[in-house]
Amino acid sequence: MSVDFLKDKPIYQQLVDRICGDIIRGSLKSGDRLPSVREYAVEAGVNANTMQRVYKELEQLDITETKRGQGTFVTENRERLAELREEMKLGLVESFIHNMESLGFTQREMIEVLQAKERGE
Amino acid sequence: MITVDKISKKYGKKTVLSDVSFTIPKGKIIGLAGENGSGKSTLLKIIAGLLHPTGGRVQLDGRRANRGSAEHIAYLPDLDLFYPYFTGEELFRYYDTQFVDFHYDKACIVAQFLNIPLDVKLKNMSKGSRGRVKMAATLGRDASYYLMDEPFSGFDPLVRENLIKGLIQFTDSETQTIFLSTHEIREVEPLLDSIIVLQKGKIVGQEEIENIREIYNQDTITWLKNLLKEGDKVGQ
Repeated sequence: MSVDFLKDKPIYQQLVDRICGDIIRGSLKSGDRLPSVREYAVEAGVNANTMQRVYKELEQLDITETKRGQGTFVTENRERLAELREEMKLGLVESFIHNMESLGFTQREMIEVLQAKERGE
Repeated sequence: MITVDKISKKYGKKTVLSDVSFTIPKGKIIGLAGENGSGKSTLLKIIAGLLHPTGGRVQLDGRRANRGSAEHIAYLPDLDLFYPYFTGEELFRYYDTQFVDFHYDKACIVAQFLNIPLDVKLKNMSKGSRGRVKMAATLGRDASYYLMDEPFSGFDPLVRENLIKGLIQFTDSETQTIFLSTHEIREVEPLLDSIIVLQKGKIVGQEEIENIREIYNQDTITWLKNLLKEGDKVGQ
């Protein structure tokens, strides 16, 4: 299964987001081993250099840890993963607000829709 | 590293390539794009040492490319009828006698990954299978350079995906360099580190894929179309 990429965002960034998404969703758990760079590159149909960059980025973000000779693992630092979840949440909400405001909707209108949804309307 | 220095090629009065210069660093996968007749195949053949340029020179790791360079370059030609009377197995045996860097076992593993039977004559295979045998034979070589002329063209999307994955699986991004021409920019883009664009025998663009996305906020196909449109305007 190759990944379909959005047009206007670097491919490595989309793969970083994809792996972060898998962690937040729980399909990748704290302490899980990630596939090797080559395995993931083949699966996603991307250049191994790009995949290398993805893994480097994840490590710099302290989301993964590389153990010499064993591979790359999702960090066991649960605080960092909770933080990642917060970052992802805020990021998505901010881009939602940005999109809505660019069309002229107010935050008040957004809240009203969300509250109606919450009440199951 | 491949260094292409002021290459030109003329057939009689017709100029096919003019003043083409670029370098390809080791360990990269570089795409060569351009419309039909822009000089892509000619350029690949010159780098592979199969054609003499009219002017300029090509160097491989600092040494001038010539017919002997074929030892370090695995060239995949844009030919559908490739050794039609051989079976896949016979083709691999033949390659084994021709190239010191060919590994029969590796070719068979690639063939298995690409899902192709080896006991059928190439002329009796589907076009997709022939393209895959050709890829397996090429990747069977442990070459420093792979030059591929339209390795994905004319196949259905599944075959194309299979070939792309084979290429990632069976090459080493630290030591091997791949230069390939392609029309399938949209699908091939994630495979590439950067792209070189030829138009009417001249280089009109050269950029890293992630830069195109990061700096121009475009995918490569949109960037490429705009570039070629600009080139057409200038040419008129």
